[in-house]
Amino acid sequence: MKNTISHRVADFLKNYPPFNMLPLQVLEDISLEIHIEYLEKDQLIFQEEDLPHTHFYVVHKGAVALSKAPGKEIVDLCDEGDIFGLRPLMAQENYKMTAITYEESILYAVPIGVFKPYVLKNKAIGTFLLESFASNTRNPYAKNHRGKLYGEALDQADADLVPLLDVQQVRRSKNIICCEPHTPIKDIAQTMRTHKIGAVLVLDKKLPLGIITDKDLRNKIATGDFSVQDEASKIMSSPVITYPESLSVTQAQMGMMASSVSHLCITKDGTPHTEAIGMVSKHDIMLSVGNNPSVLIKAIQRAKKTKDLKRIRLGIMKLLRGYLQQGIPMTLTTKIISELNNACTRQIIALSLKKMSSPPPCPFVWLAIGSQGRNEQLLHTDQDNAIIFEQQKDAFGHNNQSYFMSLAKKINKGLLKIGYDYCPAEMMASNPKWCLSIEEWEQHVKQWISSPGKNEILLSSIFFDFSPVYGDSSLTDRLTKTIFKSLEKHPIFTTHLAAGALQSPPPSGFFRSFLVEQNGQNKDNFDLKRRTLMPLTDAARVLTLSKHIRGINNTAERFEKLADLEPNNQELYMACSYAIKALLKFRTKQGILHNDSGRYIDLKSLSKEERLKLKRTFKTIKEIQELINIRFKVSQLL
Amino acid sequence: MFSFFNNKKAQSLKDLPPFWKEYAAQFSQTKPINEQSDFVVLDTETTGFDYNKDRILCIGALHLKDSKIHINNSFEIFVNQSHYNAESATIHGILKNEPIVKLSEYEALKAFLSYVGNSVLVAHHTKFDLTMINKALERHGLPSLKNKSLDTVFLYKKSLLRSPLIERKEDYSLDELADKFNISKKDRHTALGDAYITALLFLKILKKMKEKSGPLVFKRFF
Repeated sequence: MKNTISHRVADFLKNYPPFNMLPLQVLEDISLEIHIEYLEKDQLIFQEEDLPHTHFYVVHKGAVALSKAPGKEIVDLCDEGDIFGLRPLMAQENYKMTAITYEESILYAVPIGVFKPYVLKNKAIGTFLLESFASNTRNPYAKNHRGKLYGEALDQADADLVPLLDVQQVRRSKNIICCEPHTPIKDIAQTMRTHKIGAVLVLDKKLPLGIITDKDLRNKIATGDFSVQDEASKIMSSPVITYPESLSVTQAQMGMMASSVSHLCITKDGTPHTEAIGMVSKHDIMLSVGNNPSVLIKAIQRAKKTKDLKRIRLGIMKLLRGYLQQGIPMTLTTKIISELNNACTRQIIALSLKKMSSPPPCPFVWLAIGSQGRNEQLLHTDQDNAIIFEQQKDAFGHNNQSYFMSLAKKINKGLLKIGYDYCPAEMMASNPKWCLSIEEWEQHVKQWISSPGKNEILLSSIFFDFSPVYGDSSLTDRLTKTIFKSLEKHPIFTTHLAAGALQSPPPSGFFRSFLVEQNGQNKDNFDLKRRTLMPLTDAARVLTLSKHIRGINNTAERFEKLADLEPNNQELYMACSYAIKALLKFRTKQGILHNDSGRYIDLKSLSKEERLKLKRTFKTIKEIQELINIRFKVSQLL
Repeated sequence: MFSFFNNKKAQSLKDLPPFWKEYAAQFSQTKPINEQSDFVVLDTETTGFDYNKDRILCIGALHLKDSKIHINNSFEIFVNQSHYNAESATIHGILKNEPIVKLSEYEALKAFLSYVGNSVLVAHHTKFDLTMINKALERHGLPSLKNKSLDTVFLYKKSLLRSPLIERKEDYSLDELADKFNISKKDRHTALGDAYITALLFLKILKKMKEKSGPLVFKRFF
């Protein structure tokens, strides 16, 4: 008998493939047999080599991480509507992966006995599962694992010989960018620009005839040997090196080395005499072999959907983890990772702009504020952002704010999807208070500076670290000038800001006096952000503002600049710069370890050496706070 | 209507119907309650809030075992009632002559007892739902429910910190807690839909309590 919950489940499933290929009535029947499981974070669902369950799983809420073994690198992350644990049931073999909840999750467990008949009966579903499993993940191992829906399809699970079919490639193979032998070279170059690709296949009746790459354009056109009006066949490299679809990473690498080319063509049977179905470039190989910043940046710029960016983000995290393990200097790490994070944001903005019905009515700039603005955000934490637009009203007298608010809504949502939580304090560009014209912003900052109350100081301390991420940065320059002008007029603001920077004194020592947060989930944990990072960033801000230093937002860099300007305090400033880097690294490591923002540290988990390091930063914070207290005569305020 | 059974005094034990005896027999042994126990999460839709005047229109319930809910083992029964209150219909949406299969109150109670067995009952404002059911049992000359019960409102309050700074409300509605715990409020105000929301709420509150103070001691919740 149908009931309310089975309705509810069917209603959810109908939105996701392959369930959307089934009639609603069938879904209702299947839903009735499902059981719902609630799991806390980090709970094991199944482990490699476990006997297959009688059910496979659909994620309803939360996320599930698939990995080769517990604690090993995450191969795939399943979120709402994703299916996992199906292949072993179809192939009747043990699990090849370990599934652990990545967040608190609700799963729908679908009995295989109920579902299987539909897969066998409904060819579309079978094919869909095979294809989608093959394309769902960037990791070749996972691909291999998921591709084997029916067990007999492929049988080369050797780790070195995995079929290479990652996301981008599969997508491209459906829509190969190609031209004909007589296409003018100029057109080809334009096509390459539009699609941001480095090579185009020359097809003759779908058969691969040749290939034209950036290199051909450089060596044969730019040199003047051929004209841009010439036909493709004149300059293409031919024949094309072809391979069958089951090409492995190693094979591809060897193939490229052997014939010293950077592109391989995939054809139906692997010979040049059958239809071309895809292309593999060095870039694709690098993506599947490892992550490197320049490849990631390219992947970000090519991303067409928010979902693509979410996957790329996993690559960024992998890179970050690698950097931390290898002890790459924190200055470099922060620079690279923030650049990648900013590139993600820029791409989200570009994608959102495309979704708008019209182009922006006037120039605008998207600001990162808070830690993002200081380029100190390594892990994804909360969103803090704002928009400045040039004119309050357009030529027809309409208010421009509504356009930018709806743009900001799209952007905020996109950022949420790739892992930036909404700011609990609503400091986001989709909030009307944070989406204003340059004049309104100027009025605001003037008002904050001229009458600094507690709120004004708090707002300033978040907002004044703004940095332009996308758009017209002359707007931010103008605002910066206004800020410095007002500061000269109202020196008392600096004193207030200094007082704000002294609000959370560092813990003075260890154990007994180690300040541990009093309540909540983080009862036994140390609030790294409030107790150590904030005092340092606040100090750096007030000191640089008072010295009229512009254009440096990063706290470590601010201290380094200060050390330059004040030789007598050089030692202290350098200690601060060192401390903030050490603390950021600490926070990032903790965050990666616990898959959170890294703000709270479990003291028991620290090694003695780590505690000593932490203790040294307390001392530095204390000293810089004393300096601020004296320099800005904060005690007069009290 | 004026049968012997409707007398205020419950029937003597041996006169009780076989289904009741079967139900009651399951309580002969007491078993410890822990996270792995059988829970039945339930909700009733009624014609109103008057224990004596108002009647049950629908009972929705589901079994919870090891944090799993089996959909085909859920319970949703509509009850035929002569008393009807048009005002409450705007909330639960059950019309008097709606063409759905309805059971007599007696049959509904019988089905309910066989469904719950000796599980621990869980509801939001348990007192209300259980009193409504007990009143119905009483009308048919049957004793009250024998199950142990838990209330998600009570549990939620227990999960809060004790601090003079935190304002503790006397009561928390299901809507309010669903929002707090980020549970979708789809199917709100259908008995089974509410039971499902309550079940998730129950699991999430237990999780919160574990985070706060370690392994759960269920004895303290009754």
